[in-house]
Amino acid sequence: MRITMDLELKDIPGQLVKALEPISDAGGNIVSVVHHHEERTSRGTIALQVVFDMEDGLGPLKEQLESRDIKVTRFNEVRLLEHKSVVLVGHIIHSDIRDTIEQIDSTGYAEVVDLAMSMPAISLKSSARIGINATGKIEMKKAVKLLRNIANKKDLLLIEPIETEEIR
Amino acid sequence: MKTLNVAVIGFGSVGRGVLKVLAEHKGIYGDVEFKVVAICDSKGAVMDKKGLDVENVLKQKSNGDLKRVNKTSIEVINECDYDILVEVTPTDATTGEPGLTYITEALKRGKNVVTSNKGPVALKYKALCDLAKKNNALFLFEATVGGAMPMFNLMRMPLAGNKVTNIMGIFNGTCNYILTRMANEELPYDMVLSEAKELGIAEADPTYDVEGIDTALKVVILANAVFGMDVSLKDVDRVGISSISLESLKLASEAGMVIKLIGEVKPNGEERVLKVSPRLVPKNHPLAVQGTLNAAMIQTKLAGDIFVIGKGAGSVETASAILSDMLYIASIK
Repeated sequence: MRITMDLELKDIPGQLVKALEPISDAGGNIVSVVHHHEERTSRGTIALQVVFDMEDGLGPLKEQLESRDIKVTRFNEVRLLEHKSVVLVGHIIHSDIRDTIEQIDSTGYAEVVDLAMSMPAISLKSSARIGINATGKIEMKKAVKLLRNIANKKDLLLIEPIETEEIR
Repeated sequence: MKTLNVAVIGFGSVGRGVLKVLAEHKGIYGDVEFKVVAICDSKGAVMDKKGLDVENVLKQKSNGDLKRVNKTSIEVINECDYDILVEVTPTDATTGEPGLTYITEALKRGKNVVTSNKGPVALKYKALCDLAKKNNALFLFEATVGGAMPMFNLMRMPLAGNKVTNIMGIFNGTCNYILTRMANEELPYDMVLSEAKELGIAEADPTYDVEGIDTALKVVILANAVFGMDVSLKDVDRVGISSISLESLKLASEAGMVIKLIGEVKPNGEERVLKVSPRLVPKNHPLAVQGTLNAAMIQTKLAGDIFVIGKGAGSVETASAILSDMLYIASIK
């Protein structure tokens, strides 16, 4: 999985190596390093953004960095791991929610990671929020398309999210 | 001073708004003067070659003692001497009439046309534009999408030079009112709809709004006018808001989102999008506007995402859009 980590370094020599060493030692493959040495944070430190691929061991790595007096301000492992929530309205249970989930899960590239349901009364339509994770943007598109087809067949209303860009 | 004669067809809410705005300004905007020479509705016309006393006409109309001459709209359009036809008759989504005939006849005479009528623009955009071009007239319709929100004017001038890649937004205030109120007050759809009817926000027959037909017309207009797509109402994938449950809004809210009726147009080939449907919108996203507000996100190549938020309906608000078209005509004619 790909990890993006924001670090803060002290403005003294040798810090960059000190920060990157533990990452490669932990088996991380560094993809990109952005060293903002021209601008200082309000704490007088220098921001560093590192992107790397690593399978596991993120927790110990974070501790290792912090023991070296390097502040980890933010990290995420979801750059490539897409997440989306959708809402379904209709006879969700009667149209076999288990089958709906299994169809997504069996794709191999997407899975249902969260399900919240609300059933006001037995004869009324129920509503569900489904969280889906996928391995990438294209896979997410495919998963949503699959869900669209399922919803169509089962006469459910699928409420999809709008495409949003992160606004900084 | 440049003087342009104006004929107004349609004396409903929008027509009154336009006339009210013009009367307040005595028709004068900088070095441009708009002289209203005719006003028509289904009962007849009031006309004066030298320019009507608009304020007085409005007063007589509200008192119910307006004296009309026995002329039909079409006679006025074909005989009267005017520079701009302001066509503000009600929308008919299936035939576009009577607006379509009015606009066609005016353009045939080489007269500029400004309209708030969605029907003709959604149904016959290309034909009307070709006709306008052939007769060296302008055909403008800012008021058809998003009421007071500048859309076409914004893209024509301030965003000129940008390639617009995608437009999505909230183009129906009635639906947005219903969804906002359901979410904020935790009230079911039927109750909020009745309330909206009482407040005059929804029509007695709300189908046109809540089933997304109005939004779809606007999507068609955007598709044709901005992207040159030549599509019609039947090409739009359309789902309205009538099956949105209170529970679905709550579930969305728990995940930091609201549900909005979103119209979306994206022109590119196989991935073409022409859609009206309820969508999840993050609560902190600029499109998550409240109440009867409309909002649009215009995605562009250079400027990135541009957001416009404003009143999507209302007599004077719609008049604002019509006036901007009239002034554009004045600036280049």
